[in-house]
Amino acid sequence: MTASVGDASSLDAATKIRYKSPTARGRLPALIIFLPPAILLFTLFVILPMGEAAWYSLYRWNGYGTPTEFVGVRNFEVLFNNAAFSRALINNGLIIVVSLLLQIPLAIWLAVMLSRKMAGVVAFRLVFFLPYVLADVAAGLIWRFVYDGDYGLFAAIAGFFGVATPYVLADRDLAIYAVLAVIIWKYFGFHMMLFIAGLQSLDKSIMEAAEIDGATGWQRFRYVTLPLLGSTVRLSVFFAIIGSLQLFDLIMPLTGGGPSNSTQTMVTFLYTYGVTRMQVGLGSAVGVVLFVICVTIAFGYKRIFMRHD
Amino acid sequence: MTETSSSVRVSAGTRIYLYLSLSLVAAVVLVPLVTTALGGFKTLGDLRLNPFGLPSEWVWSNYIDILLGERYWRQMMNSLVIAAATVFLTLVVSSMAAFCFAHIRFFGANQLLNYFLIGLMFPAATAILPLFIRIRDLGLLDSYWGVILPQVAFGLGMSILLFRNYFRNLPEELFQAAFVDGCGYIRFFWYISLPLSRPIVATVGIVTFVSSWNSYILPLIMLNTESKYPWPLGIMVYRGEFGTDWQLVLAFITLTILPTIIVFFLAQKHIIAGLTAGAVKS
Repeated sequence: MTASVGDASSLDAATKIRYKSPTARGRLPALIIFLPPAILLFTLFVILPMGEAAWYSLYRWNGYGTPTEFVGVRNFEVLFNNAAFSRALINNGLIIVVSLLLQIPLAIWLAVMLSRKMAGVVAFRLVFFLPYVLADVAAGLIWRFVYDGDYGLFAAIAGFFGVATPYVLADRDLAIYAVLAVIIWKYFGFHMMLFIAGLQSLDKSIMEAAEIDGATGWQRFRYVTLPLLGSTVRLSVFFAIIGSLQLFDLIMPLTGGGPSNSTQTMVTFLYTYGVTRMQVGLGSAVGVVLFVICVTIAFGYKRIFMRHD
Repeated sequence: MTETSSSVRVSAGTRIYLYLSLSLVAAVVLVPLVTTALGGFKTLGDLRLNPFGLPSEWVWSNYIDILLGERYWRQMMNSLVIAAATVFLTLVVSSMAAFCFAHIRFFGANQLLNYFLIGLMFPAATAILPLFIRIRDLGLLDSYWGVILPQVAFGLGMSILLFRNYFRNLPEELFQAAFVDGCGYIRFFWYISLPLSRPIVATVGIVTFVSSWNSYILPLIMLNTESKYPWPLGIMVYRGEFGTDWQLVLAFITLTILPTIIVFFLAQKHIIAGLTAGAVKS
C-alpha cells in the first residue's frame, strides 16, 4: 500500500534509448491479450467503486434501487459533528503518535542489538517477526484472552498481586491503551526488519572511522548510525501512518470499536455505522474522507520527506 | 553488521545486558502465544486457576474434537481455495500487464501505468460499500469470486510495479537475440521473461498469499453463508458461539495459526524477504 506515483516517467527515458533498435513481431496482439484483464479488473473493482463512493456520499441511500435522495454535503456535516467519528480520527492520530514515540525507537534499538555478530541473533529476529506474520484477527483474539479479567493472563497477574482484576477492554479509558499495546506487539518486528536491512546497507568504514576517533557507543549511534538511517526512518513512519489508517482487523476481535466507541478507528466506524446499518451515503462519506487523507499523505509525504531518498 | 569490528571486545557486562533485554522482549512476544497453545490443553477451571503454567492435567480432547470435526478443515480449505485463486490470478494478470509496461512502447503507456499506481494509495476499505453493491449487482455475493476478484484488483498496483521493475532489469542481450531470431512478444514473455522471473514470482506470490490468507474485511462483507467462511471469519463465529469456554477457543485459535507458524519457520528466509521487499520496493 505504498505510493510510487511519479517514478514511471523518470525511468521511461531509459527505455526509449534501450529499445530503439530491436523491433519484434506481434506488438499489437501482445497488447490486446495482455492488457485488458488488468484494466478491466482494476477499473471495475478499484476505480469505479472509489468514484461511486464520492457520488453516493452526496445521497441518503439504503443501497437498494438507485440513489435519489440528494442531500448535498449533509453526510459530511453529520460525520464531523459525530462524537464517535471524532474519536475515530483522534484514535487514528494517537496510533501514529505512539508508533513514532514507542514503536519505531523500540524497533531501532532491537535492530542495532541484532545487527551484532553474536549467538542467537537469527533466532531472536525470527521470534520478533513472528507476530507480524500472524493474522490480525488471530492476534486480536489471543490478546482478548490475555486481557480477559476472568480467565486471562491479566486476571492471574492481578490475583498474584492481590488487587482487583482490571477489565481493561471493558474500560472506556483503558481500552485504547490496551489496543495500542497489541498494535506495538504485532508490528514492531516488521519495523525492526526494515531497520536491520537499513543497517546492513550502511558503509562499515564510516563506523570504523568513528570508532578510531574515539566515539563512544552512544555517540556513534547518535551522530553516525541514526543520521545514516534517515531514509529507513522515513519509510518506517510512512508504513506506520498507512497501517493506522486501515486498521480494522485487529480492533474487531478485541473491542469491536467499543466500549462506547472509545476504540473506534475510521474503518471500524465505517463498518459499524455504514455497512452494518446500510447507510451507504454516510459510509461512503467516511470512505471519501479516508481517501483524501491517504492521497494527501501519499503525495505530501513523498514530496516533503522522501524526495532525497 | 555495523558493529562487526567492536564485536571482539564486547564486555561480559554488555553481553549480559544484551541477552537480558532481548530475552525480555522475546518473552513478551512468546508468552501470549505459548499460553494460548497450552490453554487449549486445559480444563476451564484449570485455565482460571493457572493460566500461565503447564496444564495440571493434559486434556487432549479439546484439540482432538476440533481435528476430528469437519468445521476446522472446511475453513482451512475455504481459505486455501480463496488464497490460491487470488495468487494465481494476480500472478497471471499482473505479469502480463507488467510485461507490456516493461518491454512494449505504446501510446499512453505512462498514463496507464500511473492509473494502476493509484491503487497503491488507498486501502480496499475506502470503497467497501460501493464494492459491496457492485458485487451484489453482479450476482457474486456470497461466492468466492466476490472475495477473489476485489483482492486481485487491489493487489494489482503493487504486483504490476514489482513485475515491471524486475522485467526491465533482465539482460538486454536476450531481447536482441530473441527478436533477431524472429521471436514475437507473446512467445518471448512465455519462454524467456517468465522462466527468468522466479524470484519476483515468489515475492508477489508470498505477499499476495499471506494477505489473502489473513484477510478479514472483504470476506466479512461479501460472504454470508457460514460453510463458505475462510478461517479468520470462522474463528470469530467460533468465539461467538463458545463465548467464555476459553479452553476450546484457545485450542481453535492455536490450530488455525499453526499452519502459518509451521510455514513461517520452514520458509522464513523467503517470507521475511518477500514481505519486507514487497513493501519496500514498491
